[in-house]
Amino acid sequence: MPKTPSLDLAPRPGDSVAKTTCYMCACRCGINVHLKDGKVAYIEGNRDHPVNRGVLCAKGSAGIMQHLSPARLRAPLKRVGPRGSGEFQEISWDEALKIATDWLRPLRETAPEKLAFFTGRDQSQSFTGWWAQAFGTPNWAAHGGFCSVNMAAAGIYTMGGSFWEFGQPDWDRTKLFLLFGVAEDHDSNPIKMGLGKLKARGARVIGINPIRSGYNAVADDWVGITPGTDGLFILSLVHELLRAGKIDLGYLTRYTNAPYLVCAHKGPEKGLFLRDDDGKPLVRDRATGRALAWDSPGISPDLAQGVQIGGVTHLPVFRHLADRYLAPDYAPEAVAERCGIAPERIRAIAAEIARVAFEEEITLDQPWVDFRGQRHATMTGRPVAMHAMRGISAHSNGFQTCRALHLLQILIGSIETPGGFRFKPPYPKPPEAHPRPHARHTAGEPLDGPHLGYPLGPEHLLIDEDGQPKRIDKAFSWEAPLSAHGMMHMVISNAHRGDPYQIDTLFLYMANMAWNSSMNTSAVMGMLTDTDAEGSYRIPRIIYSDAYSSEMVAYADLILPDTTYLERHDCISLLDRPICEAEAMADSIRWPVVAPDRDVRPFQSVLLDLGARLGLPGMVTEDGSPKFRDYADYITNHERRPGIGPLAGFRGDGTGKGRGAPNPDQIAAYIENGGFWIDPIPENAQFFKPWNAAYQEWAVARGLFDGPQPYLFNLYLEPLRKFQLAAEGHGHRQPPEHLRDRLRATMDPLPIWYPTFTDAETDPAEFPIHALTQRPMAHYHSWGSQNAWLRQIHGEAPLYVSAAIWARHGFAPGDWATLTSAQGRITLPVARMDALNAHTVWTWNAIAKRPGAWALDPRAPESQRSTLLNHLIGELLPPKGDGLTWANSDPITGQAAWYDLRVRIEKAARPQIQPDAGRQASPVPPAPRDLAQQVKE
Amino acid sequence: MTTLPPPSERKLGLVIDLDTCVGCHACVVSCKGWNTENYGAPLSDRNAYGAAPEGTFLNRVHTFEVTPETGPPQIVHFPKSCLHCDNAPCVTVCPTGASYKRADDGIVLVNEADCIGCGLCAWACPYGAREMDPLEQVMKKCTLCVDRIYNDALPPEDREPACVRTCPAGARHFGDLADPESAVSQLVAERGGFDLMPEQDTAPVNKYLPPRPRDQLASPALPDLAALCATPEDAPAGFVGWLDRALERL
Repeated sequence: MPKTPSLDLAPRPGDSVAKTTCYMCACRCGINVHLKDGKVAYIEGNRDHPVNRGVLCAKGSAGIMQHLSPARLRAPLKRVGPRGSGEFQEISWDEALKIATDWLRPLRETAPEKLAFFTGRDQSQSFTGWWAQAFGTPNWAAHGGFCSVNMAAAGIYTMGGSFWEFGQPDWDRTKLFLLFGVAEDHDSNPIKMGLGKLKARGARVIGINPIRSGYNAVADDWVGITPGTDGLFILSLVHELLRAGKIDLGYLTRYTNAPYLVCAHKGPEKGLFLRDDDGKPLVRDRATGRALAWDSPGISPDLAQGVQIGGVTHLPVFRHLADRYLAPDYAPEAVAERCGIAPERIRAIAAEIARVAFEEEITLDQPWVDFRGQRHATMTGRPVAMHAMRGISAHSNGFQTCRALHLLQILIGSIETPGGFRFKPPYPKPPEAHPRPHARHTAGEPLDGPHLGYPLGPEHLLIDEDGQPKRIDKAFSWEAPLSAHGMMHMVISNAHRGDPYQIDTLFLYMANMAWNSSMNTSAVMGMLTDTDAEGSYRIPRIIYSDAYSSEMVAYADLILPDTTYLERHDCISLLDRPICEAEAMADSIRWPVVAPDRDVRPFQSVLLDLGARLGLPGMVTEDGSPKFRDYADYITNHERRPGIGPLAGFRGDGTGKGRGAPNPDQIAAYIENGGFWIDPIPENAQFFKPWNAAYQEWAVARGLFDGPQPYLFNLYLEPLRKFQLAAEGHGHRQPPEHLRDRLRATMDPLPIWYPTFTDAETDPAEFPIHALTQRPMAHYHSWGSQNAWLRQIHGEAPLYVSAAIWARHGFAPGDWATLTSAQGRITLPVARMDALNAHTVWTWNAIAKRPGAWALDPRAPESQRSTLLNHLIGELLPPKGDGLTWANSDPITGQAAWYDLRVRIEKAARPQIQPDAGRQASPVPPAPRDLAQQVKE
Repeated sequence: MTTLPPPSERKLGLVIDLDTCVGCHACVVSCKGWNTENYGAPLSDRNAYGAAPEGTFLNRVHTFEVTPETGPPQIVHFPKSCLHCDNAPCVTVCPTGASYKRADDGIVLVNEADCIGCGLCAWACPYGAREMDPLEQVMKKCTLCVDRIYNDALPPEDREPACVRTCPAGARHFGDLADPESAVSQLVAERGGFDLMPEQDTAPVNKYLPPRPRDQLASPALPDLAALCATPEDAPAGFVGWLDRALERL
């Protein structure tokens, strides 16, 4: 018999456990950090946490290596070499804060707009926006403009809520799930957990994505769509469902603006809703044939017939909609070639949607009362759920494509019904309940209101009397009227050109704008180092805060080093991007589970310190002393409205939910509760939320809003029509001539599809191939490569080439390729992948690193065998010869059109990464060679 | 050479669902974290930030592309770790007895104190499931988290392998595969669980559930309303006729 050695079968994972929130990506999962003698020993998921229920992804489990990363900055830095070189001197915090104050104070006193403050993947936007508003600059936003604003804005404008933080499929009930354009890294654990639930009960998953990796690899059916054509495919599904009458007419009549009558009179009202004297939209009452206010008691709204007024027939929205999508342009045969999907496949998918929606409907035995006061004995739903992200939104036709998807969901009655798609607090919330954008700045004063919002017509644009944009990123101008998240990707380019004006200081936080977070990376690096005739930098001053030695660090003049996520306070707030579930309101915190061993400070505390030094309103007391000790103090005591603060839980005496006075013991209560707070939505309020009286009452009680605000879904989006009317010459505010045709064409109040600008303006013979990029599941942002464990999973980023392209160009394993777009050229290794749209190539985003960054060996594969597609993607479209600049963005929201890229491919003569980004000096010491990490008790 | 014990009454192992695994590597890293801190020497990483990092992992996810005769190509994610075989060739080949199979639950382990780092076991394993730690020069392998599953310092619900506890998609299951009534045995029976490389006669305890057939959707097209409508020669007018009647029925 073999000997059986004695084993320690019961090692303790640590001597204490600290429950906080992960920050290895944006999902905000709960984690148990096991500590031994005050050191991090092991990290696992928190089983009680609503986001992840105990599971944790590769990134989260590798958090210990991020916390111990050799790339961590150690002290404030002052640039001593030329920008981009990475040559710095470590300085004290006193000196760093004095430099920053000396730069910022004169700007605030004379021209606050000359500070441009933009943040990346931080989760403190309600705080940084509040700070920027107090400073008085109109130039603040976070990274949504280059991420997924099309998704967010289309959702909020159409149905008062969007995906991810704002809503989720009804994972427990849905029977058919369609996943459009979701990259591998997106909404990491919740989607995997949801797919796991669907798989466990054998529900069908259909993946619509040019690349069959990640979630699409486990999809039962894969639709390898051609990039940029999702909207056309979706509208063809709509065509099929309409053609067969497989739509939920009751739902459309009760909960959407389908019956609203659309004015047909020629003139400035054409295409707007007919309204009564109180401004209420009119519908045709089927009983009387008369046009009555939409909410008249006992009315029977018509979807089929219009009313005649003044010899003109005004038809309901639904007739316009049906006429448009029943047209043969949307028949499967008409779209098949363009989308790369056979007509019979489109028909089969439409038929499956119809079958599940109408033959497998779900009825919950749960009475509820709607906002009209009508009682319903049950809740009935259509168990077809959909989810989408960047793949459909990061196109210049993305806003209308996302609208088309919501149209499809609404037509079958699957929003906020059992088995469909559900909102999460603070949503649903219609565009009218959101703020309008603000940009009126005055020297020495705060801004006149919040920066970002939802315009309802040209009157809400942020333009001056000459029509010029008021913001440096040109958000909310005629170039991007509904740019609800700002346009961070345009800031450096515009500031470098001085268009629409010069700025003085660019202040960035956690945004790697000199590398993977910029379009046109090579050119942006040039803009950041470019000088004027006197030899001064065109962007005079750059302040940057980051925890790690990223590429952007090398391009800043002053570095304010941040802590790691285990060394800081944060609040994952209802005012921001909370962690709610469809049946619960929830928020959470991070707290310092270990103390920093370096001279670094949490950025939000530093920002409060700076605000106090500058005397910003809300950050100093009457005697001018700092109002908040640090960010934790702000989280506890700041009130946005009376009784409403950053954290909703444990308010007042510790029992307050949503509303209540600040509670000095609030953070301690969160820590005691596992780092989060959760409050269930009553069962009769968990569905039909936009129209559910019980939900509306509950939301008011919890402080989500101050009065009930039921609303109807906007199948027809009237604000878009207002911009179209302006483009047609109506109204006081008129767009510039060169934008008229584009606004008229794209701001259609019903969803449309048009080819992406790059597709429309590129010679397909010159650039025949689509090129895409996505992050892998085990990496996020640019952070993963400094992590010794994660970089062994994904250490290089080859170009994945479809079988057809591989064969056509005679590639062999080991080959390298050169990709050329209208704006750039890169060279990188190739790998063959068959489960890929035939006309498409792709690579991992954010694996590539500039030599010298992130404490990696400059010979690391991240810099020697990887590059960024960003070098090929202009922030502007190629010049058209009209002397104008045209953003490579969605014309409605300004969303960066990353996925419009077209290229040609050739075998590369030399196996060498191009472009050569040069090497940056490292402001941190060399990394250790080997690791054998262990914290034994 | 080392002898195997008689067949154990319990056979603890994993069931891995290839239909559900999205290839996220959560299991890989959770395993790395637990087993770096626990059970013997840490799982080390040579040239951790260098040109060719080389670290020890007890579990890795491989990705394969499969192109069927008809239908689009498919991707299969394939997590692989020690399968705790009944006829474990890595045990019988061990010259020191360091590599052994536990008599009561069938877990295959390496006693690091007796391991001389000769690497014979890694050669003998047909699955490539063992890794020589580059710094410690001892053989490392999946322990099935033997220091978790019996660990009374952990809450009862956490007494399962780290990879199972962390798997976001729920593609990994742990249990007694000798007990036909266990949840894992039932899953294997329902879903056609299979042995990896049965021709090797290793009799692995771990089982894999095959991917369900892909790209089978073939719903017949929807019938046209025109057939139901008053004016079939004119589709929009026909649609309005249908609509009118459907609204009457609401």
